[in-house]
Amino acid sequence: MNIVVNGELKEVPAGLSLQRLMDHLEMPTERVAVELNLDVVPKAKWPEVDVKEEDKVEIIHFVGGG
Amino acid sequence: MSGDAVAVFAGRKMAESSNEKKFVLAGKEFGSRLIIGTGKYRNYEEMKAAHKASGAEMVTVAVNRVPLDGKVESFLDHLDPSMQILPNTAGCYDTDHAVRTARLAREALGTEWIKLEVIGDATTLLPDNEQTLEAAKVLVDEGFIVLPYFSDDLIVARKLLEIGCPAVMPLAAPIGSGMGVQNPSNLRIMREQLPDAVIIVDAGVGVPSDAAVAMELGADAILMNTAIAESPDPAKMAEGMNLAVRAGRLAYEAGRMPKRLYASASSPIEGAIK
Repeated sequence: MNIVVNGELKEVPAGLSLQRLMDHLEMPTERVAVELNLDVVPKAKWPEVDVKEEDKVEIIHFVGGG
Repeated sequence: MSGDAVAVFAGRKMAESSNEKKFVLAGKEFGSRLIIGTGKYRNYEEMKAAHKASGAEMVTVAVNRVPLDGKVESFLDHLDPSMQILPNTAGCYDTDHAVRTARLAREALGTEWIKLEVIGDATTLLPDNEQTLEAAKVLVDEGFIVLPYFSDDLIVARKLLEIGCPAVMPLAAPIGSGMGVQNPSNLRIMREQLPDAVIIVDAGVGVPSDAAVAMELGADAILMNTAIAESPDPAKMAEGMNLAVRAGRLAYEAGRMPKRLYASASSPIEGAIK
């Protein structure tokens, strides 16, 4: 299925939970946060939230800034 | 003669033991009135050395998309763990983006603290005060400790405080400009009209004298990034800023002498030999 992750179109296996998506994308899991279709999904909920076709996912971490 | 020596000694002792008042922000006490950024450093070593020399106890960081190419660095690992991390909403141009960014930062770091930036224009990076007020309202209602960056405007400051921001962060000059305090009257008015507010000058400081000016005008603290990070020797500049912020604060607490157009002799005129 096609989803958008951090603004990029990505083809990923269908039926992934958010947790599995994070694993699939080899994302770090400490001090990151995930937003699914504009709502933050707490880390504890990642295993039970499914990702669907055309979903928009934002995965953030921290960088230098003022 | 010995009496004079004692007086001098006593004066020196007093100077050594007199410190500026503690800086309390949102109920938390900080040992430094300098808050510094983590952007634009040439490398982590320079950043760490500058942070140490600055004496700052809080640093800002930016929220950013994790790159999908696998080249992920854990930036936060390079910060002194004793420092409080203040995430910002830099790069947000409207209320919705700023609110979403703040929520993500809270989820990732487990902190309610957020430096709120809603930018209105890419060339000047001047804040959109209207949307900053909107976003501050939403975030305060959600339990955030909102530290808003805004234009140095008394009325906006008052509204931000009414919303429930524990401090206001007026700019001295545009972000990264290093121009120093462009409108000292506005800062002075803000200080006089909001005597109990925590005022943190955020953005525009270039050199320690700029920082000292802002502190002498009554700012409670200063937040800066570029002035230190873009110096060829960030650690040395950070130390200079540390001293300037302290010096300016001490001067504000002590109170300045009145300005006069003409001289006022420091030595007695009566009794001079003729």
